[in-house]
This record gives sequence, C-alpha cells and structure tokens, in this order.
Amino acid sequence: MTLSQVQPTRSIDARGMACPGPLLTLIGAIRAGQAGDVIEVLSSDAGSRTDIPAWVAKAKQELVQVVEEQGYARFIVRKAK
Amino acid sequence: MDGESTLSLVLFSGTDDKLTAAAVLAVGAAAMGRPVNVFLQYWALDAFRRDRITRYHGSAPEAGPAGDALLRGSLEGPKHWSETLRQAKDVGDVRIHACALSTELFGISQADLDPLVDDIEGVAAFMGDAADGPITFI
Repeated sequence: MTLSQVQPTRSIDARGMACPGPLLTLIGAIRAGQAGDVIEVLSSDAGSRTDIPAWVAKAKQELVQVVEEQGYARFIVRKAK
Repeated sequence: MDGESTLSLVLFSGTDDKLTAAAVLAVGAAAMGRPVNVFLQYWALDAFRRDRITRYHGSAPEAGPAGDALLRGSLEGPKHWSETLRQAKDVGDVRIHACALSTELFGISQADLDPLVDDIEGVAAFMGDAADGPITFI
C-alpha cells in the first residue's frame, strides 16, 4: 500500500490550537479509537513537529506520514495497540 | 509507558506567567507517561483559591508593562493555566497537593481551594512521593 492510499478513520483540524493542544487532541483520539484506526491531525503549532513524533514513539503508536502544507502540517498516525 | 521517573514541581510563585509555564511542563510530562507530583506553597497556593483561580494574578517582574499586557491577553478561556492542568489530569497521572504549612498561614482548608487540588499534604509526604525524580522549584 502506498502512503497516498492511507485513508484516515478520523480527521481532526487542530489548526489554531496552542501547544500542546494538538498533541492532547491526538492522544484523546487514539485512546478513544481501536487498533488499526488511522487518525489525521492538522496542526499549525510549531511544537507539534517535535511533540507528535516524540509521543508516538513513546506510546508505541505508528507515525505513518507527516505532510508539510502551507502554514500547517498534516500528521497521520495509526493506532498500533 | 511504565517506570518513568516522577516530575515533581514545587510551585511558589503565584503570577500567571510562572503558573502557565508550570502547567505546560506538567501536561507535557503527563502526556509522555511521567507521573507528576505538584506541591503548592505560598503565592502559588493563594492563586489556587476556588473563588479567584481565573482572576488575573499578575506577571513576574521581568515581564514589564509590555510583557504584562501580552500575558493578560493570552489567558482567556481554554488557554488559562487551570485548564491546562485539567487537561494534564485527563491525560496522565497528575497529583496536586497543597502545602500544609501554607494552608495554615492563610487559614484555609481544602474547601477553599479549586477541585484541581487533591489534598493537603505535609512536606515529608511530598518528598516521599518525589524520591524517584528531580524536583523543580518555580
């Protein structure tokens, strides 16, 4: 499967939220979801660039893709467990 | 995410900039799976009074008038440090204790404090909880 074929189970627009709001929103979505779910988070918070990969690694989830867009980034995370 | 060292924060200052900085450290540690152990003393404890927790508590001297104005505008609604601490409690293991000595100084009980505060604790009990990690004084 190529990356472009990953379809999010849920997409969250956290643009405009201050650090660490987008990360907390992602954590909530991962906890509420089921293994295999793919969560997409849009964030304009600069801290998310470091925080989301750090949390995903720590929580042993899977960072599928980070896409830089104009003025924000799109984080695609799969709930591994 | 087991076995992480506890982050212990002693909050002394009651200005909103320092309380915001402390709340951000707490939520970050909690998100990363670290237990957080907070001890409220003096002016920080005073800022946690139930009837005035969201009232403006001023800024540290280094803020100056411009920094103070910037801070005032940044504390509305969900950005207030008390909301950040509620989020920290939602996301992880965060305990907030009022220093027994400071509650005596102010003549207050737990009923006078915001529900964010879990209990009133002596310093030795706090140090017991803090034994496995660093203590940061803010």
